[in-house]
Amino acid sequence: MSTFTPNEMMTIAASRALKNDDVCFVGIGAPSAACNIARLTHAPDITLIYESGTIGTAPDVLPLSIGDGELCETATTTVSVPEMFRYWLQGGRISIGFLGAAQIDKFGNINTTVIGDYHHPKTRLPGGGGAPEIATSSREVYITMAQSKRGMVEAIDFYTSFGHGEGGDHRQRLGIDTKGPTLLITDLAIWKPDPLTKEFTVVSLHPGVTREQVQDTCGWPAEFADELSVTQPPTELELATLRDLKARTDAAHKAQAHKV
Amino acid sequence: MAQFLPLAQAVAENLNDGDVVAFEGFTHLIPTAAAHEAIRQNFKDLTLIRMTPDLVYDQMIGMGMARKVIFSYAGNPGVGLLRRMRDAIENGFPHPLAIEEHSHAAMANAYEAGAAGLPCAVFRGYRGAGLAEVNPNIRQVTCPFTGEVLAAVPALRPDVTFIHAQKANKRGDVLIEGIIGIQKEAVLAAKRAVVTVEEVVDDFEGLHPNLTVLPAWTVTAISVVPGGSHPSYTQGYYARDNAAYLEWDEIAADRHRFRDWMQRNVMEAGVEDFAGRVAHLRKAA
Repeated sequence: MSTFTPNEMMTIAASRALKNDDVCFVGIGAPSAACNIARLTHAPDITLIYESGTIGTAPDVLPLSIGDGELCETATTTVSVPEMFRYWLQGGRISIGFLGAAQIDKFGNINTTVIGDYHHPKTRLPGGGGAPEIATSSREVYITMAQSKRGMVEAIDFYTSFGHGEGGDHRQRLGIDTKGPTLLITDLAIWKPDPLTKEFTVVSLHPGVTREQVQDTCGWPAEFADELSVTQPPTELELATLRDLKARTDAAHKAQAHKV
Repeated sequence: MAQFLPLAQAVAENLNDGDVVAFEGFTHLIPTAAAHEAIRQNFKDLTLIRMTPDLVYDQMIGMGMARKVIFSYAGNPGVGLLRRMRDAIENGFPHPLAIEEHSHAAMANAYEAGAAGLPCAVFRGYRGAGLAEVNPNIRQVTCPFTGEVLAAVPALRPDVTFIHAQKANKRGDVLIEGIIGIQKEAVLAAKRAVVTVEEVVDDFEGLHPNLTVLPAWTVTAISVVPGGSHPSYTQGYYARDNAAYLEWDEIAADRHRFRDWMQRNVMEAGVEDFAGRVAHLRKAA
């Protein structure tokens, strides 16, 4: 078996969560890589949607932004931004919203807005973009991020996108009828919300990862499932597909840089 | 009816100090040449609207032209943060900057409401989200039929909207294709609209009849600026200059380097420079 990095394991584990009949609203970065690996391996007919309006896109290289030309050129159709958010997201057509996070808490609430006070921020982040509504209008939400104490915190500074709030039935109490975050895939583990409390619980450790490593890179006391499994390591095909995609992407961006 | 004008004149006649202005483009077709012309003409006290303020708003804010920004994602897409905008928000440099922050769904709906002549937009949004607590322009309405509580935001109505497009015909009708973003709504919501285009053709004969077109009578002025969306791209004409977006992150990180870059590439440059900037990005037709 070949060796692989924690980041490769994260991307591949995230790709496996996607099914062939999913309609997935794709965030840029790690979610974008995972969604495209799913398309290039076990889910060739998955529908990938980027918020720039591209529906059913199949890019050959990973886009730098959500609106690269490649996304439109390979899409089934491209719609306006109002149509994207009104008909396709708000209309309930999205099965999976796939998000990254700067800060997350144990209930899957996400902050990508500010570190510190909103009106006097220590660090101003880009903001929510499409995420506040992706988090509540997609039927389910998957989240992927590398673990760190700065990222996985006891209390986020700002609720950019609502996860399970304070846990339990908080979503239902706000009248939100979608499931919210059902899966968190990190570079070390796979987490799922407890059915009752909705607190993210480690259900699978990636190969070679210990409970201590997970806890040392997590800002809250981590819960572990009674029956903790070990994530299947990447197959040769998954790893080759991911590395090919990354190589194509790097080559495409470098080729362009040389001409500047 | 659209007038064909040189860009400097189109900007001078349609933008004023204190205006509420949108330079729209959703990654694709960003009207950079028009924004640079506005910077050269040194307008002040602007309220800048844009779903995704990126390099051109970072530049205007860094040059001290903006009083307020209404936005939903202030990032350099795929690269990181907008450093001049951050400096204004975090440190008040070079001026304090008021912000009105929304989500994409809210901005898209608000432009649509502006285009539709409605006072506000209603949509299912902001549920559980922190923005609803810090932005007084995010409120709630109750559906009179179902009782569902929905979000409401005021319509966006710019004094003037600037966009970039592929082509106009001789009459002044405008064709936009590819990622069409929010541009049509932003034009129809505004009192005045200025469009830069890659080229003017005799007519649109032989093209798909349903391509997005703004009729000439919805546009105030059209200026021909080949390469006018660089470092963004124009589908069918030239590719996105991803290297320039990466480079901007370093330029904008330093106040002095930013000023030098602006002096050389904007203040001492002209609208005619854009064609050369995209020469290496043009695909074989």
